[in-house]
Amino acid sequence: MAKSAPGGLAWLLDQRVLLSIAVLAVLPWLLPSKALAVNVLIYGVVVMGYNLLFGYTGLLSFGQAAFFGAGAYFTGIAIGRYGVPWFAAVTIAVLLSTCLAAVIGVVSTRTRGIYFSMVTLALAQLVYYVALQAASFTGGENGLRGFTVDRISLFGLSVNFLDPVNKYYVLMAFAALAMWFQSRILNSPFGAVIEAIRENEQRARACGYNVERCKLIVFMLSGAISSLGGCMLALHLSIVPLDILHYQTSGMIVMMVLLGGARSFFGPFVGAATFLILEDVISLWTPHWQIFVGAIFVLFVLFLPKGIWGTLLEGLPIRKARQ
Amino acid sequence: MDLSLIIMQLLSGIALGAVLVITALGLTIVFGMLGVVNFAHGALFMIGAYAGLYLASLTGSFWWGLLLAPILIGAFGMLIEFVLIRRLYGRSIDDPLLLTFGLSYVLVEGVRIVFGSDGIPFPTPPQLIGVLDLGIGFFPRYRLFVIALVAVVLLVLWLMLEKTRVGLIVRAGARDPTIMQVLGVDIGRVWLAIFGLGVALAALGGVLAGPMRSVNPEMGSLVLAEAFVVTVIGGLGSIVGAVVAGLMVGISISLVALFAPEMATIVMFALMAVVLLIRPQGLFGVKGRTA
Repeated sequence: MAKSAPGGLAWLLDQRVLLSIAVLAVLPWLLPSKALAVNVLIYGVVVMGYNLLFGYTGLLSFGQAAFFGAGAYFTGIAIGRYGVPWFAAVTIAVLLSTCLAAVIGVVSTRTRGIYFSMVTLALAQLVYYVALQAASFTGGENGLRGFTVDRISLFGLSVNFLDPVNKYYVLMAFAALAMWFQSRILNSPFGAVIEAIRENEQRARACGYNVERCKLIVFMLSGAISSLGGCMLALHLSIVPLDILHYQTSGMIVMMVLLGGARSFFGPFVGAATFLILEDVISLWTPHWQIFVGAIFVLFVLFLPKGIWGTLLEGLPIRKARQ
Repeated sequence: MDLSLIIMQLLSGIALGAVLVITALGLTIVFGMLGVVNFAHGALFMIGAYAGLYLASLTGSFWWGLLLAPILIGAFGMLIEFVLIRRLYGRSIDDPLLLTFGLSYVLVEGVRIVFGSDGIPFPTPPQLIGVLDLGIGFFPRYRLFVIALVAVVLLVLWLMLEKTRVGLIVRAGARDPTIMQVLGVDIGRVWLAIFGLGVALAALGGVLAGPMRSVNPEMGSLVLAEAFVVTVIGGLGSIVGAVVAGLMVGISISLVALFAPEMATIVMFALMAVVLLIRPQGLFGVKGRTA
């Protein structure tokens, strides 16, 4: 992304990480419940990682749930089964999930276009069925239970993790780390290359970039960030439901990124918030909230493909001048 | 383990594969013509099963359900193409996929509202209850019927595509829609009909699968993944590929179920990964379009 001259709105928009953190910091007091705010945080991180793949590289994967779920399961297994401290568990979980992303990426990035969507969906379903069958490790259909993190301590500092406000800000630190990491990727030359691949794959290839390797790397980075969201979920819930791996979860991630706005930095959080608030509000008066969310999503695809945040940003005069 | 048991299991696999072939065929024909992958295909399969069940109980005969459900749901599919998908031609190839995914949410939840979330048993038609002695073992009559019916449908489809004028237009339209328009063919009508045909095949698959699986709102999600695996192995857009891969997947699932039941669902995904590593475009796929 081209740097614009400092000053005014343009300067402010360049501080996207700080700006996003500022919004997230007040979020628990804007939403009806702390639980909802925590979910926005978790899904925001997952969707942000996915946005790297879909929004910035243009690869429509339907298998992101595999990494979200892997992050959660690996965290839970490391803490519950092996008694690993939370910080090490999260690190191990992200590393192992990235390895999983490498394996799935090697197979799926060999394909293009619609094929890629179908193959990622199928491979993520494979992960789902493996988790279902390996019940001794994962708890199978009942989900993973038996691990609880009640205190989070780091560098001598210890907080009560059961307190909802503490929990939110601890998890927000994770989100901030993920946002900083994602912003660094996007600002790097590699960030420019993946956008070049999205705009014109052949041209990027002709420029001498190894398109296949770039796709694989971005697939792994995206999986790593989304898996961090999974770690956050495991710490938050103290259980990991099997459904987290189902392709419906992948589909939900796709919906969230589109509702918020693919290709925009803060869009994933807006999308996650929109989806979760819709779910929250509609399920107050009907258990069949999915029919409304599905219909709203269809309307977005038809009439608002840039999503809420993407459309808003486009409306800002400053953005137009920069492009 | 004796040979006759393996042969019986092989036949089971063919019956399972036959339903997969029909379902994947719908997906692959639509992609070959319109370049659209229908993510609501699984949901329409499920709706086909419900429609078959409903029509069968309404008319008192399975056969009316089998005949009318694909026609009705096929017409519904044409409506979907006409109202929704048509707007997306010329936009990103991802858009129809996203739209149909959202649509599947609506369809599945719609069925839950009308029929409830619990599974409903789909009775086997009385003429096909029981087993047939094949000399080496007993095989359910209904499954033999499914194999035979799918073979007939395949033959009719093949004759239609290869031997009729309509088939000629369809095949030419898949190659180059612009030239077809220049030649005065209303390609929009062809696309409408093909999308309807694809959805009708999904519904037919649903009705046929009904008595073999239980009918519930979630049945489409496994089917969608299965149909994807089959089309990816066979090569997206290839009819021969869908048939060969469908039978291959069906047979491997039932043979593996014999030796290691817990691996039965996993084996098809493994098969797909192997095929992709060796031939990214699928067994019968054309290189360049998708891989």
